Amino acid sequence: MPKTHGWPKKLLLILFWILIWQICSMAVKSQILLVGPLETLRSFSVQLFLPDFWAALGFSFGRICLGFFLAFFAGLVTGACAYWKPLIGEFLDPPIQFMKSIPVASFVILALFWTGAENLSIFISFIVVYPMIHVNTLAGLLSADPKLLEMARIFRVPVWKQAVYIYRGALYPYLKSACRTALGMGLKSGIAAEVIGVPDGSIGEGLYLSKIYLDTADLFAWTITIILISVIFEKGILLLLYLAAGKEAEYDSVKTEN
Amino acid sequence: MTASKLRIDIRGLEKSFGEERVLKGLDLSLSSGNFYCLMAPSGTGKTTLLRLLMGLEAPDRGTMTIRLSPDGPLRTAAVFQEDRLLEGYTALQNLRFATGNRYTAEELTGFILRLLPEEALNKPVREFSGGMRRRTAILRAILAPSDLVLMDEPFTGLDHETKLSAIRMIREFCDGKLFIAATHAEEDPKLLGAKVIQL
Repeated sequence: MPKTHGWPKKLLLILFWILIWQICSMAVKSQILLVGPLETLRSFSVQLFLPDFWAALGFSFGRICLGFFLAFFAGLVTGACAYWKPLIGEFLDPPIQFMKSIPVASFVILALFWTGAENLSIFISFIVVYPMIHVNTLAGLLSADPKLLEMARIFRVPVWKQAVYIYRGALYPYLKSACRTALGMGLKSGIAAEVIGVPDGSIGEGLYLSKIYLDTADLFAWTITIILISVIFEKGILLLLYLAAGKEAEYDSVKTEN
Repeated sequence: MTASKLRIDIRGLEKSFGEERVLKGLDLSLSSGNFYCLMAPSGTGKTTLLRLLMGLEAPDRGTMTIRLSPDGPLRTAAVFQEDRLLEGYTALQNLRFATGNRYTAEELTGFILRLLPEEALNKPVREFSGGMRRRTAILRAILAPSDLVLMDEPFTGLDHETKLSAIRMIREFCDGKLFIAATHAEEDPKLLGAKVIQL
């Protein structure tokens, strides 16, 4: 394929598909089955000025973020423990496999019994994100160069220094790819959980209400919102991760990625 | 921190890898204040003996008695067969990794400039040439606190001029320690002022 370059081309392609969308919606002639881009944009811009919209955003995003960060640090700690003593890793393996294989919907129902609807999305985003961070932390630590670790041992370098100079660089590419997947999945599962649990004043409730009122424009506006925060969230977390890893670690990860 | 007096007595040391007997009944006495060159064709156990001394391998048979006075943990510094540097970090950071707070940044920079050009100071060692990397590894081994300094073919990839500068620094910083280098160049024992050990 010839290399297409630059954002003007990308923009044109996107505009083309938006045009197709508009034509389809005009052909369908139903505001319920397929609402057009113009109507979606109008609904979105109306939403932007409603205080409830921002409250819902804060409610859902705050909880999903909290779940994500709890899972991130828990995964980092248990992943490091599993590296330190493989027996701990074997011990933790069954519940982690369990979390990975159980359908999110089953968890949602269970969590509704346990925590109630309000804090549902914290729990769900934790359940989805934690196994990925645990597994990738362990894999990243195991990828640390044994020759460098041997060198550090000979020179009697303290463990915290080995962590900063050797393990940090080894972890970075693994955590980067884990976060990319985990962020999107955590956010989407968190919102899906809200649609089932319908906590008051959440994005999930917004989606649920658009189903009740058959308000497709509203549904699409919420969807745009979720995509936007998902992108911002991902960029933000990856930036934090990059800052934590330092430019030296980025250097080392080039070798691992290529 | 001065080096402790160190004495290593090796008796009947044997080590095999599979069918291959690399060391067969080696007897050696080594003590602080001496420089030694392990001379042997490649594949005859130089690296193995160094790894045994580092405690990275266990002998199949024989003993290695290490006496340190005053008594304490044996501190070892090494140049490995490979450079084993922290790729994304500068030479200064690589030295700091092994030396801790023993020297200030200014002192370390001064030492680096004795073996490396000035433009090397701000680069990560990933961008160094092979010879520059080797010199960084040598600096790390001689500046780290140690009683025993082991070097495996330290002068690989160095031209004559930089090799001589490296040797001057080794002699200055390893004075009073127990120093062992595996090498195959005939001139090395004389340049280092070292005793020759033939394996």
